[in-house]
Amino acid sequence: MRGGLTTADGKPLKQALAHAQARAKRKALLLVVPLLAFILITFVMPIGQLLFRSIHNDGFSANMPQISAWFDETKAGDAPDEAAYAALVADIAAAAEARTIGVVGTRVNYELSGTRSLFTSAGRNAEDLQPPYREAMLDLNEKWGDPQLWGVMRSVSSAYSANFYLAALDLARDENGEIVRAPEDRRIYGMLFMRTLWLSALITGLCLILAYPVAHLLAVLPLAKSNLLMILVLLPFWTSLLVRTTSWMVMLQEQGVINNTLVALGLIGNESRIQMMYNQAGTIIAMTHILLPFMILPLYSVMRPINPSYVRAARSLGATSWTAFRRVYLPQTLPGIGAGALLVFILSVGYYITPALVGGASGQLISNLIAYHMQDSLNWSLAAALAALLLAGVLILYWLYDRLIGIDNLKLG
Amino acid sequence: MNASTADAAFVEFDRVQKSYDGETLVVKDLNLTIAKGEFLTMLGPSGSGKTTCLMMLAGFETATHGEIKLAGRPINQVPPHKRGIGMVFQNYALFPHMSVGENLAFPLEVRGMGKSEREAKVARALDMVQMGAFANRRPAQLSGGQQQRIALARALVFDPELVLMDEPLGALDKQLREHMQFEIKALHDRLGITVVYVTHDQGEALTMSDRIAVFNDGRIQQLAPPAELYERPRNSFVAQFIGENNKLPGIIEEFDDKKALVRLATGELIDATPVNIRAKGQQTLVSIRPERVEFKPEMMPPGIHRIGADVLEVVYMGDIFRTRMRVAGSEDFVMKCRNTIGQRKLTPGERIEIAWHAEDARALDPM
Repeated sequence: MRGGLTTADGKPLKQALAHAQARAKRKALLLVVPLLAFILITFVMPIGQLLFRSIHNDGFSANMPQISAWFDETKAGDAPDEAAYAALVADIAAAAEARTIGVVGTRVNYELSGTRSLFTSAGRNAEDLQPPYREAMLDLNEKWGDPQLWGVMRSVSSAYSANFYLAALDLARDENGEIVRAPEDRRIYGMLFMRTLWLSALITGLCLILAYPVAHLLAVLPLAKSNLLMILVLLPFWTSLLVRTTSWMVMLQEQGVINNTLVALGLIGNESRIQMMYNQAGTIIAMTHILLPFMILPLYSVMRPINPSYVRAARSLGATSWTAFRRVYLPQTLPGIGAGALLVFILSVGYYITPALVGGASGQLISNLIAYHMQDSLNWSLAAALAALLLAGVLILYWLYDRLIGIDNLKLG
Repeated sequence: MNASTADAAFVEFDRVQKSYDGETLVVKDLNLTIAKGEFLTMLGPSGSGKTTCLMMLAGFETATHGEIKLAGRPINQVPPHKRGIGMVFQNYALFPHMSVGENLAFPLEVRGMGKSEREAKVARALDMVQMGAFANRRPAQLSGGQQQRIALARALVFDPELVLMDEPLGALDKQLREHMQFEIKALHDRLGITVVYVTHDQGEALTMSDRIAVFNDGRIQQLAPPAELYERPRNSFVAQFIGENNKLPGIIEEFDDKKALVRLATGELIDATPVNIRAKGQQTLVSIRPERVEFKPEMMPPGIHRIGADVLEVVYMGDIFRTRMRVAGSEDFVMKCRNTIGQRKLTPGERIEIAWHAEDARALDPM
């Protein structure tokens, strides 16, 4: 029958089923509402807000309405006329009055450095300026005639802009609005992204190499012994991250435990102490140690239920122990390797505190720069753009992983 | 060593001992020879050392003492993959990430066999277990019985002369298990391979084996063909472990080579065959199979001692009646009678007299 099944009294079966389950569904929904609300308020909203900042910054447009209107009426490349200068002076005077001229200067300064003081000093003198404003402004500072400055002001006159993403990708706009590569000495983000990905991959690889035998040992030992060892694996989790990183500083520094030992053993001279900290080596060593448990745990949870008879069967069928490992054991641990690698990689891509403490200049990761823009330069929009790019990169990797290995092959524990 | 002795002792355990912790012996002084083409079952309760013996033969455990020989060659130092022994595991151990065909091709691949030869052998092995249509399935998509067949085919595909089976039917339901017993036995007869089979199921052992080694406490208690094991157990453990068994404790009144007279605790005298008897007055445990107990006077041998029995319970089991009685103070004495036309039905509360042929009652060690 086309209409589908019906109940004994003729109601459509689907409808009857939905009715019968409605109450249970309502109850289930009520139970998850608190968590949904919590996630929405503490996770989705703040991150959404931050991501929104990466394309939206009204520091200029909100405080400079008249010149923004002039930019709207003209098109890119138009030389600023007297009307434009008049609007500029009026806006600067108003902004100086409202004490927002600093915000305006900062916004322009993001795109063209060295311009913040231009705005603040113009703000101090705006009251005294007389028409014709073009000459008056140029008298104040010749830079007010710079077409690049006008190009930048045009681009920031709209609150929405992709420029922060361009900056995060080491790109910039020239005076005609064309996208060009940033000057060579300003290209730092691309290099940092590459370094972050490379170091994360390296740390993931090191963690895998170190964790695999440990997880295997844990999996084959009797439960009483493996639980004891598991406590040792988990012990670092009970110690503050700062303490762990600091203890690595004690170990690695030039006058530290390792160098002192090597010198005492006569393996290296007192003058040629090895630089193991405040460079990439420090970041790699400390992060590998800190992230190791995140690799061991998923591997262990996958290895534990693997019956030893699989390897035995392979051996009895004529495989050497290496072949048995490669063809039979390793493939069965792939879900654990995938989960552990993904976990460690994603964690290390966003790692901040350890590189900040032991990384020096060459061990800094992209997160350290995000933190710099959040805390020191206060360019939150650029920080948000960098963070969004990082997020996009991780999502792409996740997607790739899903395509290559399959996300249902992931076993986190 | 010439061919015939190598065939008679294809597998040889020579004074083998095994200890895991250096304090207790799991296998104590094992001596066992298995002939080529034989189907030998190691039977015993869990912890009796039978699986350890199998693992030592396969190479997954090393003997603490003694030597294991395969075709006359000591193999203690030979790693498992060079022994060329096929093995079927309790959980089948089919590789879950490979298809059935890949599972079967695995032993051929690691031997460096060419692709076309490999495919032909895999197809032949699958046909042998009637699973030809399943080569592309994953093990998880098969039922327990099908997985069992594949595991069997995989252990046989590289033509080993010796195949070890570690409780291979333990996970199957009763009907399938009985069916597979016959199939394994048929394969054994057809291929002429030597099989060492470990189980704790005595029914399985009796059905399939040429000889059974009954293990207990790290030792072989008796090594004999099924019928001898069942009918002439050499000690109380074997009598208890194989089949259903009635045991009556008593003291040897008198005995010679053929016959013993045993006085039970309640004072009755019964006839038995002496097995582990050394002296008059010795404690003994007389073992009688339930189906060898007679209650009809015309069936009893003349001049035999009879003993009184109170019928407690009669259970109808289709082919037989299982009658539980009180005999010499023990309440779990069982008699089985065939359900034939004219069989006299007993009723609970009835008092009868029972007896048996002296050969069927075996006076064993008191355990």
